Amino acid sequence: MNFDFTEEQTLLDNMVTSFVRDNYDWDTRCNIVKSEEGWKEENWKQFAELGLLGVPFEEQYGGLGGKPTDLMIVMEQFGKGLVVEPYLPSIILAGGLISKLGTETQKNEIIPEIISGHRRYVFAYAEPQSRFDLFDIKTSANQKNENYIINGFKSVVFGASSATHLIIAARTSDDQRSKSGITLFLVDVKSDGITLQNYPTIDEYRASEVVIENLNVSSENILGNVNDAYETIEEVVDISTIAACSEAVGILQVLKDSTTEYCKNRKQFGQPISKNQVIQHRLVDMMIEYEQAKSILYMAITADHSNSEERQKATSAAKARIGKAIKSLGESSIQLHGGMGVVDEYNVSHYFKRATMIGVLFGNVDYHMKRYTDLTQSNIDTFDKDSSISLS
Amino acid sequence: MDTAFSTEDKKFQEEVRDFIKSSYPQELRDSINSKRKLGQELSRDDLTAWHKILGKHNGWSAPSWPKQYGGAELTPTQKYIFEQECAKAECQYIMPFGINMVGPVIYTFGNDKQKEQHLPGILNGETFWCQGYSEPGSGSDLASLKTSAVKEGDHYIVNGQKTWTTMAQYADWIFCLVRTNPNAEKPQQGISFLLIDMKTPGITVRPIKLMDGSHEVNETWFDNVKVPVENLIGQENMGWTYAKFLLAHERSGIAGVARSKKAIERIKQIASSEMSYGEPLIQDPAFKAKIAAAELELSALEFTELRTLAKDSAGKGPGPESSLLKIKGTDIQQSVTELAMEAVGYYANPHLGTTLSNEYVGPEYATNLSGTYFNFRKASIYGGSNEIQRNIIAKMVLGL
Repeated sequence: MNFDFTEEQTLLDNMVTSFVRDNYDWDTRCNIVKSEEGWKEENWKQFAELGLLGVPFEEQYGGLGGKPTDLMIVMEQFGKGLVVEPYLPSIILAGGLISKLGTETQKNEIIPEIISGHRRYVFAYAEPQSRFDLFDIKTSANQKNENYIINGFKSVVFGASSATHLIIAARTSDDQRSKSGITLFLVDVKSDGITLQNYPTIDEYRASEVVIENLNVSSENILGNVNDAYETIEEVVDISTIAACSEAVGILQVLKDSTTEYCKNRKQFGQPISKNQVIQHRLVDMMIEYEQAKSILYMAITADHSNSEERQKATSAAKARIGKAIKSLGESSIQLHGGMGVVDEYNVSHYFKRATMIGVLFGNVDYHMKRYTDLTQSNIDTFDKDSSISLS
Repeated sequence: MDTAFSTEDKKFQEEVRDFIKSSYPQELRDSINSKRKLGQELSRDDLTAWHKILGKHNGWSAPSWPKQYGGAELTPTQKYIFEQECAKAECQYIMPFGINMVGPVIYTFGNDKQKEQHLPGILNGETFWCQGYSEPGSGSDLASLKTSAVKEGDHYIVNGQKTWTTMAQYADWIFCLVRTNPNAEKPQQGISFLLIDMKTPGITVRPIKLMDGSHEVNETWFDNVKVPVENLIGQENMGWTYAKFLLAHERSGIAGVARSKKAIERIKQIASSEMSYGEPLIQDPAFKAKIAAAELELSALEFTELRTLAKDSAGKGPGPESSLLKIKGTDIQQSVTELAMEAVGYYANPHLGTTLSNEYVGPEYATNLSGTYFNFRKASIYGGSNEIQRNIIAKMVLGL
């Protein structure tokens, strides 16, 4: 049992840390998020040069064959810098689907293009009515000869405005809320029949509403088996959820540390406000929340992901617990910064907004609490007669 | 990062499991369970029998102690496994006063004669220790303690009162913080650490009944008690250093993760039997959510503890991070005891094990769950209240 990084992981950690330090100071980031595009292609090229775009992909396609810990390292550092380039939606989420479901031909064609930074796929899954249910899909794909005609609407697709391609989840059979009958399609974002409505998000990322009208897709561009995508979607979204949790833990660390520093420097009534016990205890509670969040992330990272039930339980436990930490630690960090906490000019509010939106991503606290309890609590038939509640 | 056990650790796990299976006496299990369920007090034998058995096996009564002092010197992973297995099998908890508290003080700061005299009895469970720290006027502000020790020839004459002395009714020895220099510049500087034989004339122990009716703690009075100077640990007036060292050790085992886990399992069993809205309570979404919240917190705390253990493996003693384990561990214990009480509805009411009623009513599993809830309000108060733990983290970790 150990919580140490391997030598390669330490190198990766150092690399991402120095990227963020050297290329993502606060003013640079402000300029990026204010720009028309909302991200910087130059940074993406640098990710490619550093090998970051290949972290999760298998070595045979040019990737690094990274483990969950490697993704955690990247996302935690990206969290600390509030890096807005669409690494999570494109490399981890869409990339994960292609890795799991692509045919050899598809993988040989697509993955090297992703790793070199020439293509960016994002996954269009959510719909206005689906909330966090990945299987709730109205968007339909009807077979017509060798092709499929897709019609529907996808909401809040992160990174779509900077994507070259979309992966669209559409219903090829069964009812709107059935887990079977879901098929994935790979499409060029510029295809006729796709209209994007791009917008900035409250945390300064970019997302799009995607209108799909009579989009014609060849069956060659189906990803995985027809009607059979749900289980893989759930698996890849779990892995992406853990990555989002890693980003959140990086953000929480910044919030905790910068709030502690702020309270040590901010003077009122002739002394630093950190001399007040009421402030001290709140800072301690923030530190405890941070440690608990980090710990449950480690639990999820080291859980047995090959066992789908274990993976689901660990993911939901982490997302629900970290979601609570985001709220309590995040709100405390704003409160303790006083007026400085609520202004746009100072960075603490930006970290808080991003963390809060991660709280919603892939399901909020309530959603994951329910998923966790559904997996862990059912009637227990055995009753241990020799047992009693004895804590000491 | 890897939390899988090595082959060696798995072997150790088997070994512990087998040992418990073959050596934990069924009579002890029966005796303790029937007393717990009736809210009756455990005897000295109940409290020490398992300790004595472990003391005869590879130093397992003292998992953290160095081998040179008779301990098992387990690795952090092994310690974790050992705790887990003991909790899973619901083995009686080893009293911490000797093994976790005074023992490490004696082998770290004591002289050879003290080590020889005291360590064997602590290891084998024959000597029962208690703790003389708190006084009526000195709770969280421990350094304000007043019990005095005045040197007269080769003795100290001790006068004063200690309180909250857990299990003093069974104790052979007490380790005490006493004031040897009332004129020191700072209150912390005039304190010494004394070992006192409870049979010494002038010591009186009076029970304090807790709100669940249990007798765990006592007042201990010292009236001109003569203590040989060779019972002083380390140097005179340096006791505060040893006291702080001891408190950090006390807090390290205090998270109680494995036992809380076991308790949650038990609550799920109970909630499968209890009915609510015509269905098993475990199907009630509100109750479910509360169990899940406790499980999540515990799962996080388990990894916080593992991370702390991994850091400690360099041989450093537990640091101020152990305050975090104390705060969260006791928070969870309190939620767990509350959930257990809540699970049994009306049967939280009967108070059995008193002179007024000694027969079971209601389901057997419900007995005394409310007593445990009320009893466990102590957890966020003892061992340095959770507010004091926050002060420690604020100062030592956050540098406020």
